[in-house]
Amino acid sequence: MGWKQKQILKGVLVIFVIAISVVSFWHSGINLGLDLAGGTHVVLEAQDTGTREVDARTMAALNRIIERRVNQLGLSEPRIQRSGDRRLIVELPAVDDPDRAIQVIGRTAQLTFRDTDDNILMTGEHLVDARSEYDQMYRNPVINFQLDSTGAQRFAQITQAMLGEPMQIYLDDEWLYTGTVESVIRDRGQIRGFGSLEEAEEIAMLLREGALPVPLSIEESRTVGPTLGQVSIDQSLRAGALGLLLVGVAMISLYRLPGIIATVTLGIYGMLVVGLLAGLQAVLTLPGIAGLILSIGMAVDANIIIFERIKEELRFGKTLRASVESGFRRAMTAIIDANITTLITALVLAYFTVGTVRGFAVTLIIGIFASMFCALIITRILIDFAYDWKVLKGGHNFVGARR
Amino acid sequence: MDFVGKRKIWYVISVLFIITGILFLGVRGLNLGIDFRGGSLIEFGFEEIITLDEFREVLAQVDLDEEGTVVQPSEQEEIFGILLRTRALTPEESESLTIALRDEFGAVEQLRAETVWPTIGEELTWRAILALVVASLFIIIYLSFRFEPKYAVAALLATLHDALIVIGFFALVFREINTPFVAGLLTIIGYSINDSIVIFDRIRENKKFKRYKNYHELINASIIANLPRSINTSLTTLLCVTAIFLFGGVTIKTFMLTLLVGFIAGTYSSIFIASPFLVTIEEKIPFLRGKEV
Repeated sequence: MGWKQKQILKGVLVIFVIAISVVSFWHSGINLGLDLAGGTHVVLEAQDTGTREVDARTMAALNRIIERRVNQLGLSEPRIQRSGDRRLIVELPAVDDPDRAIQVIGRTAQLTFRDTDDNILMTGEHLVDARSEYDQMYRNPVINFQLDSTGAQRFAQITQAMLGEPMQIYLDDEWLYTGTVESVIRDRGQIRGFGSLEEAEEIAMLLREGALPVPLSIEESRTVGPTLGQVSIDQSLRAGALGLLLVGVAMISLYRLPGIIATVTLGIYGMLVVGLLAGLQAVLTLPGIAGLILSIGMAVDANIIIFERIKEELRFGKTLRASVESGFRRAMTAIIDANITTLITALVLAYFTVGTVRGFAVTLIIGIFASMFCALIITRILIDFAYDWKVLKGGHNFVGARR
Repeated sequence: MDFVGKRKIWYVISVLFIITGILFLGVRGLNLGIDFRGGSLIEFGFEEIITLDEFREVLAQVDLDEEGTVVQPSEQEEIFGILLRTRALTPEESESLTIALRDEFGAVEQLRAETVWPTIGEELTWRAILALVVASLFIIIYLSFRFEPKYAVAALLATLHDALIVIGFFALVFREINTPFVAGLLTIIGYSINDSIVIFDRIRENKKFKRYKNYHELINASIIANLPRSINTSLTTLLCVTAIFLFGGVTIKTFMLTLLVGFIAGTYSSIFIASPFLVTIEEKIPFLRGKEV
């Protein structure tokens, strides 16, 4: 391959990296974590009961029911994921009333029909439908429910035996209503006594989507309101821009022309990271930004190591071309060993931890790959270009390298 | 300049700093936030300025003005906010408080609300510690393979040094710490190892030249050869971190402070602890000495 073809190939590579990153960002955008974008993050843990231990099937059922409930709440883009053996993480984008949403989602919602001595006669497991309505006669909010055939048979027996007696209806431990059984009820019944139609609708939804097989406890909940989410994004962007600007100023004043090259490389690094985050659909959180800051630091450090090495080689009296060549080669081992060690730490962290620390580890891994690629390949290409185009003319371009 | 020859002085300086930190850690401990201890932290944003007493009155209305509850103005820049710290509140309790506040003051926004039950906070800490122990093992293996076991020991010692300095610093200033602190600590650990390895790489390279009288001289020459890089990298990163700490807003202040202290400790330890300690191993700890020199 001739000199010219190599030049073109290198140029194409740089443009390709930039283009891919821009397209990936333009196509998918960056998923911002709830701490930046605003929203609610809830960690729920399944509890064993006397009759049921939490296993994979329980978790799958919980996952399904919670998902239906979240959808019924009309929330856009919820994320529900399993975490460990008995935890579910539910993430909701900005909700008007997060406390309410958490209560609705995490509620067991087991409906029970009881006699006056609190003996449970039947549970809500045979319910096939429940709708909130305004009662025609009294204009009160009610829930009309429907039972399946097994349920209808049992309910008929129960109501037959209890004719004229009061029956209590509970949702979990919350008393809803006590009514006198006036006739034998088969597949259709009504629950009255709600304060508002909203309350009736909420409970009807829970009954419709089914009770949770085991109760859930809330382990952690974090809500960032829309105002603060925006403040966090603004502040992080400002911090990031300020940081990159200062790194650029420092690099250019320390190294002049090579400093400009390093700054351009950092710009490409920034685009590459954004492109990778978008392409991999990674979620960027505040700790994630921490990971990126570390990798930027390592990218800057790599450039400094390379430039210092080139300066040393120049002091030995080598030509610029030869100094660049051996400077890169000598800097390489330090950069690779340092990055691999950090990569090991990041991989272990990503494997062992969850949540925030994991977010840090994942972006750090992405950042390390991007920073190694930029330091070892992009910086090299740009320096070669600067040399070939006679911008980088000689050793005097490296401040302090003159003998 | 003889960095290695004065190593006892450097060790003493470090030990003094670390002991001070440990003293504060033992006497007062760390100001653990809800991520570790459990509890609720709710920040409310109001349209107009209200007093803390007015806020407390509403708290009392919903029976949440308990012992240990802290009410303070929040650090937001453009919004008037009040920060409430309590035991871990159930969503029912937190909802009734918000409703009561809206009844009293009109438009009230929950800027943020964090509730952590103590169990999960403990788990976070243990998982992070476990991960670090495992990561340290892998690093020892990798560095032993690429360098020699004693380099791994020296690098981890420097890392431990930096972590202790940072933890001690936070015990001293008693600033509240949460997960961003953990993220900051992890960043420092990464930075610290990175810093030590760059000098070790120079030692490994210089060793081939065989132009140094002894190990002491080899290490010292390598530190000096690497000084421009150490200074320039530290200058650049510290400038950047200081600026973000000062102007980057409240959200990341604790994180940036962690980095600031850690980067200073990290630069110090890579020059004054990690590399000179190789000589100490050479002279005092024979079983780690290895085949060198």
